[in-house]
Amino acid sequence: MAITAVPQAPRKPGRPMSPYATGPQRTSLGRKVRDNLTGHAFLIGAVLCFVVFSWYPMVRGIVMSFQRTRRGETTWVGWDNYSRLIADPSFWPAWKNTFYFTVLALVLGYAVPFFVAILLNEFRHAKGYLRILVYLPVMLPPASALFLFKFYAYDPSEAGLFNAILKALHLPTSQWMQSPGMTMPAMVIASTWMNMGGAVLIYLASLQNIPGELYEAAELDGAGIWRRIRHVTIPQTRLILALLAMLQIVATMQLFIEPLILANGAGAEDSATSVAYLIYQHGFFQNDLNGAAALGVIMLVVLAGFSAVYVRLTAKQD
Amino acid sequence: MSVPQYRRAAALALVAGLGFSLTACSTKSDDKGTTADGKVTITVDCQPVGAQKELLKNWNDDVVEFQKQNPDIVVKSVSVGEQCNNPPDFTARLAGGTVTDVFYGYMTDLQQVLDSGQAMDISGVVNKDTIPTWDSVDPALKGAFTDGGKLYAVPVKNYSMGLVYNKVLFQKAGLDVNNPPKTWADVRAAAKKISALGNGIAGYSEYSAGNTGGWHFTSLLYSQGGQVLTPDGKKADFNNAMGKQVLQNIKDMRYGDNSMGSRQLLQWADLLTNAGAGKVGMFIGAPDATQAIVSQFQGKFQDWAMAPLPGQDGAAKGTLGGGEGYFFKKDLSPEQVKAGLKWIAYQKLTPGKGQFDYVRAKPQNYPVGLPQPLLFANGSEAQKQELELRKANANVDTTNFAIFEATPVPIKGEPRNAQAIYAVLDAAMSGVLTNPNANIDALLKTAEQKVNQLLAAES
Repeated sequence: MAITAVPQAPRKPGRPMSPYATGPQRTSLGRKVRDNLTGHAFLIGAVLCFVVFSWYPMVRGIVMSFQRTRRGETTWVGWDNYSRLIADPSFWPAWKNTFYFTVLALVLGYAVPFFVAILLNEFRHAKGYLRILVYLPVMLPPASALFLFKFYAYDPSEAGLFNAILKALHLPTSQWMQSPGMTMPAMVIASTWMNMGGAVLIYLASLQNIPGELYEAAELDGAGIWRRIRHVTIPQTRLILALLAMLQIVATMQLFIEPLILANGAGAEDSATSVAYLIYQHGFFQNDLNGAAALGVIMLVVLAGFSAVYVRLTAKQD
Repeated sequence: MSVPQYRRAAALALVAGLGFSLTACSTKSDDKGTTADGKVTITVDCQPVGAQKELLKNWNDDVVEFQKQNPDIVVKSVSVGEQCNNPPDFTARLAGGTVTDVFYGYMTDLQQVLDSGQAMDISGVVNKDTIPTWDSVDPALKGAFTDGGKLYAVPVKNYSMGLVYNKVLFQKAGLDVNNPPKTWADVRAAAKKISALGNGIAGYSEYSAGNTGGWHFTSLLYSQGGQVLTPDGKKADFNNAMGKQVLQNIKDMRYGDNSMGSRQLLQWADLLTNAGAGKVGMFIGAPDATQAIVSQFQGKFQDWAMAPLPGQDGAAKGTLGGGEGYFFKKDLSPEQVKAGLKWIAYQKLTPGKGQFDYVRAKPQNYPVGLPQPLLFANGSEAQKQELELRKANANVDTTNFAIFEATPVPIKGEPRNAQAIYAVLDAAMSGVLTNPNANIDALLKTAEQKVNQLLAAES
């Protein structure tokens, strides 16, 4: 196999190179493309896929959000779809529900995996098996996991798994998804169980990077487990904690499958209606694709804000 | 070929291939459905799915026979799975422009189909020459697919709601199966006795999710003489004494009598699954609900009977009626439209053929003798033929539907933008079914605001 050396570009006469220049020489775009034709040819395939399946739908959605289609005629309506949506009585409750879920998911879905990871890290034996056990639910398709919760765990009768446990503990039973006040906590519990494994593995990897000497020093100073967590573990993993918090916010704000399966859509008194579900309702039940597109754009802007924070944090870590 | 050249060629081939496939995807077919040998091709949806073996065989036999009788027509039928009974799937196909030449839709889908600009005005081409029984088809059903004086679909199925009840549970609870509840007070009393049987049995069951709650709220409101929208269709008209009564009845049964079981937020299949398992004493539904209970949810025909919809203090003042039909895609050629109409006439609107081939259906696991569909107007020639055939070939006990048939309740069509309105009204129904402290006034007020907003956006 012959490896062809790439010939060096001839230097243009009359433009001596600075003796201090250390970076690559400037070349024209056309030159760059010609020099790496094979690479660019492969790149075109990937770019085309992005254009067709990711960027075009996004741009099309933005355009649609400023249009109205009636009787096959499409007209420009400016910000009408947006003002109409903001005046929709479902708009703010859907955001409230979504933020409520996000906050609960941060408290529960974010903290629980961290403490599970700390626990797993403390175990001396059977670490591998325990990790597999914790990770197992991630391998279950989300729809299957949610149906398990819906029909088995959250059965509102006393035959339901959670109600049977509560009854055995002499605690009052719950209507779970059928109680407007319990809808969100119940969805967060199911969601946390489903997704915890991935976060636990990331935390575990991070915990194992903490030098053991720090814990030894803390122990010598008489620090108990809580002080070790507070003064060693949390400071040492703070960047991962911050990044996962951001990812958690972005992921949980797109809440959709949980209401769709656990609450049969909107849930008791619309208590499960999230912004993503409202998009689905506008698009598929209200014959309002333009409204759905406008809601999608609003969500895009909000999530872009969170993502910008995430990108900044990632850059800081780098 | 050196390695870089080989790579370059492979890369160019890849790009070219991708380009061609994208071009192929975006190319609009200029096929007008006529082949070189002069045959007209039409695509039709809602072919029964593979699991419905006998229905699928019947459909395929009909296609073969129809093509034999019409050698110049090719029917390409497709099964689109859930599209034929799931509004979101239908919306997706409509928005994606992937509906077939002749496509199925609910009566409630008319505005949506018109907004998509995909339906053809077929007023001028539908007559007794293209559909021989057209003059017998109930004018009210034609009206449901008419907008601005133009007809956009051919009705092929209809229903109206009544009280479906489980005879076995009635007998166990000491109730008279031949004297089903006539008023809401009767329903409450019967439901209490049935739920007292225990074992997770609901005396009466009701929907509150997936648009079905709003659908039933509408039906119950009609039974009281109410309406969902004002006659001009511009405002909500359910936030009143009748709307409150509908919700109050349900709340009283759920939390006052505890006769509605513990599992709520039910949508279409959930309730029928429970019914098939013998866990539901009564619910409101159309006659074909019993068919679904048997064919999809392992129930038995002989267990189920139907009565007219109960009223508040006496007979119901109205009942909700709806149905389905076939639309025609806008860019079809006149030959394709004629071929499509011929197919619909053969498969859906001819007594003794297609869906009315009761001789064929009798030995199959398909019910003959249910009181609907009633596509043909009272006293029309087609209706006489169809009813005679139905009676002669009945394979279900028609006495189970005798009370329903003998006591007709005035049928009222579904409101404009029905699916969107039903989605809003789900919250009112779920409120009284899941919250013992639900504020009915607040639930109705919120729903009214939402529906008015929705209607304002439509106008």
